[in-house]
Amino acid sequence: MGNYLPSTDAQQREMLAALGLSEKEELFSSVPRALRAGALDMPNGKPEFEVLREMERLAAQNTVFPSVFRGAGAYRHYIPAIVKSVTSKESFVTAYTPYQAELSQGVLQSIFEYQTMICELTGLAAANASVYDGATAAAEAAALCRERGRTKTLLSAGAHPDVIAVVQTYCYASGHALELIPLRDGATDLDALAGMIDGTVSAVYMQQPNYFGLIEDCARAAQVAHAGGAKFIMGVNPIAAAILKSPGECGADIAVGEGQPLGMPLSFGGPYLGFMASTTALMRKLPGRIVGQTVDADGRCAFTLTLQAREQHIRREKAASNICSNQALCAMTAAVYLAAMGPQGLKEVAEQCMAKAHYLAERLDAIGFHRVHCGAFFHEFLTTCPGNVAVILKALEARGILGGLEIEGNILWCATEMNSKEEIDRLVEVLG
Amino acid sequence: MKLLFEKSVQGRKLGLLPVCDLPKVELDDCYVRNQAPRLPELSESDLSRHYSELERRTHGVNNGFYPLGSCTMKYNPAVNEQVARLAGFADIHPLQSADTVPGALEALRLAETMLAEVSGMDAVTLQPAAGAHGEFTGLLLIKKHHESRGDTGRNVILVPDSAHGTNPATAAMCGMRVAHIPSGADGCVDIGKLRAAVGADTAGIMLTNPNTLGIFEKDIAEILEIIHAAGALAYCDGANLNAIMGIARPGDMGFDCIHMNLHKTFSTPHGGGGPGVGAVACKAFLGEFLQDTRVKAFHGNFLVVIRALAYMLTLGADGLRAASETAVLNANYFKKLLAERYTVPHGENCLHEFVISMEKEAAQGVTALDIAKLLIDRGIHPPTIYFPLIVREALMVEPTETESRETLDEAARVFIEIYDAAMADPVLGKVAPQNAAIRRPDEVAAARSPVVRYTW
Repeated sequence: MGNYLPSTDAQQREMLAALGLSEKEELFSSVPRALRAGALDMPNGKPEFEVLREMERLAAQNTVFPSVFRGAGAYRHYIPAIVKSVTSKESFVTAYTPYQAELSQGVLQSIFEYQTMICELTGLAAANASVYDGATAAAEAAALCRERGRTKTLLSAGAHPDVIAVVQTYCYASGHALELIPLRDGATDLDALAGMIDGTVSAVYMQQPNYFGLIEDCARAAQVAHAGGAKFIMGVNPIAAAILKSPGECGADIAVGEGQPLGMPLSFGGPYLGFMASTTALMRKLPGRIVGQTVDADGRCAFTLTLQAREQHIRREKAASNICSNQALCAMTAAVYLAAMGPQGLKEVAEQCMAKAHYLAERLDAIGFHRVHCGAFFHEFLTTCPGNVAVILKALEARGILGGLEIEGNILWCATEMNSKEEIDRLVEVLG
Repeated sequence: MKLLFEKSVQGRKLGLLPVCDLPKVELDDCYVRNQAPRLPELSESDLSRHYSELERRTHGVNNGFYPLGSCTMKYNPAVNEQVARLAGFADIHPLQSADTVPGALEALRLAETMLAEVSGMDAVTLQPAAGAHGEFTGLLLIKKHHESRGDTGRNVILVPDSAHGTNPATAAMCGMRVAHIPSGADGCVDIGKLRAAVGADTAGIMLTNPNTLGIFEKDIAEILEIIHAAGALAYCDGANLNAIMGIARPGDMGFDCIHMNLHKTFSTPHGGGGPGVGAVACKAFLGEFLQDTRVKAFHGNFLVVIRALAYMLTLGADGLRAASETAVLNANYFKKLLAERYTVPHGENCLHEFVISMEKEAAQGVTALDIAKLLIDRGIHPPTIYFPLIVREALMVEPTETESRETLDEAARVFIEIYDAAMADPVLGKVAPQNAAIRRPDEVAAARSPVVRYTW
């Protein structure tokens, strides 16, 4: 058996003797006999060498595509070497939540820096230390907007399907109403939205760019929401946010999003990062950890978890949310990524994504994959498919290309700075 | 220490991307951002040194003893990190077709099977990202079960007063009212008070076993019989599973569902607060509700599951049991050493953790907080303080199985030394720590006028 127990058998016997015991079994005298488990029905432990071989065997069975044109909520971007190097530092990896500020200034300062960068990216005043992912961030945002008399959430049907499903789950749990705002030509129908808003609506959620890659008119949506007395929540792709009108500029009350594009590998879906920012007015309703700046007993700058009166360990059933553990190391990953890219680098990533995606759309159009929607798009777009989608995608896979995602007979394509012109030309050649 | 933003120099940057091989696309003005985000402009060496300095100001399990009760700060094995970096796991898209990711799906299935076995349950979801997220998922299963039977009047969740704060918070998120069950003098659920609280409106109970005092609920079978007889279900908060792996299984005790913190019991690192996984396991009759309960995008925190799987394969049936046995041995041994000075009110039958009360000493000016801050100066991460709420001036100590006898002996010596010093001169505790990166932060000021971002 493999294990990580430092005490030798002899030491353990001595420790038992110090307790006046002779067998470890006696430590469990308070566990009723009738409830004792037999041996667990699983293999006994293995040495590291064998475990590594077994895990490598499992990993080797998965296809890592050298060429990826699929996004749909998980995006392949370039990850600077420094990101992995910093986030592998053992103390960052193995520390717990920074309850004891004096031993946790490193983690606390990194979160404070992260919060600042999220505020800058979203154009809002305050940010929390992270939630689980973009979908749960949307659900938490919807929850914090509810107030007496106003409890219904309106969610754009153009949001990611998992976001819709998760917000539905959270609304079902708390017993609050949720309605989907219909789409027109792939974008949120803002006239329909205007007709849906009434005195019971607490918040309107829209995703920018939406699931089909379209750039939404969020500024107008915010106006419609506010005119009806509701809050406006914007779900943003953080790379697109470098060039698109920020949530703050659009008038959003809350911005959330999936932070995975900020330096996190695809990882079969996780761990990713839910980021969340709000106006000052809503800061005290944000869920989860928030790091604040203060001074220590000597008057020096110090960081600490703050506004904890919102949280479950203090407020219990009256807390803003039940969240305790979050995605702290992913938040640090995003911070290092943003710092490595800098303002110019991040803009460059966003512009390259757009350039590649638009070239891809143009080339695909020429061979019969026509765009389904006509609105402006960022780095994703939906096309028709002139043949059998499944057959076409399999043919691409055979050539090391992960094509777009099938959506009801159409294909949702994505291109990022990772896709060279040559690679796009090759894709089109294979498809042609 | 300066912030990244204070080190920024306009025009400084890294050379990361090639020049774009395609023409730039212009966006309509109405979509364009006016104010660029003020991200720092730094060199790679600036970043390297900045984060190295931050690392020096961070205490991880790799830095020293971390007996933070309820958090199971065991050693995080290096091989787990190595397997999580394998390209076949890290570089696959969550929406790849199943036939291109058979190894990932097998890894998930293997992890599910082993977690079901350890917990004594039938079905597992790996979606939840943390313990509280698992609680939320578990209570939804209970809610859906009652609703599927047309049993719609059940809206109360029973929670012992010793419970983690996440339990009542979760119940509230699920639209339930919380009824608190007082603990008896022995620190366990008071059966009489439980009977009085159970009724036709009871949806379920949330229970940690062993409880937050580290004590196995001796009447667990009877407690769960009472719950089930009332038509309610039982949720196990699996935060303390590290005490009983291979010893006793929550499913066999009668629990209907449980979450397991892979970032506690199954050795995946805490990352300064996350990511974790709060895997939920349930009995077969709840399995159908697991299918259509989506609480997170995609497949959950996959790479965390990969680490936990490597751990479960490494330890296996014999190793998991040995881990729990040793965790309990270490806690009892450490408790005995500390008992020379400290009071452990419910210490008799503790398993993997125990709770000290500084109530008596507080009357003489030495509080749990003082002890915590004095430990910091000695390089030991303090225990969990002021929890559980049923113990006054609590210090909750969980050494875990991966600490050696030498570490425990040395730590006990330090605990006793600072106790004696503080009792002789209570001021020492008030001015500690002296040697940490900072001295005590002004938390009142931080909350009164919050500064949660850098401003230029």
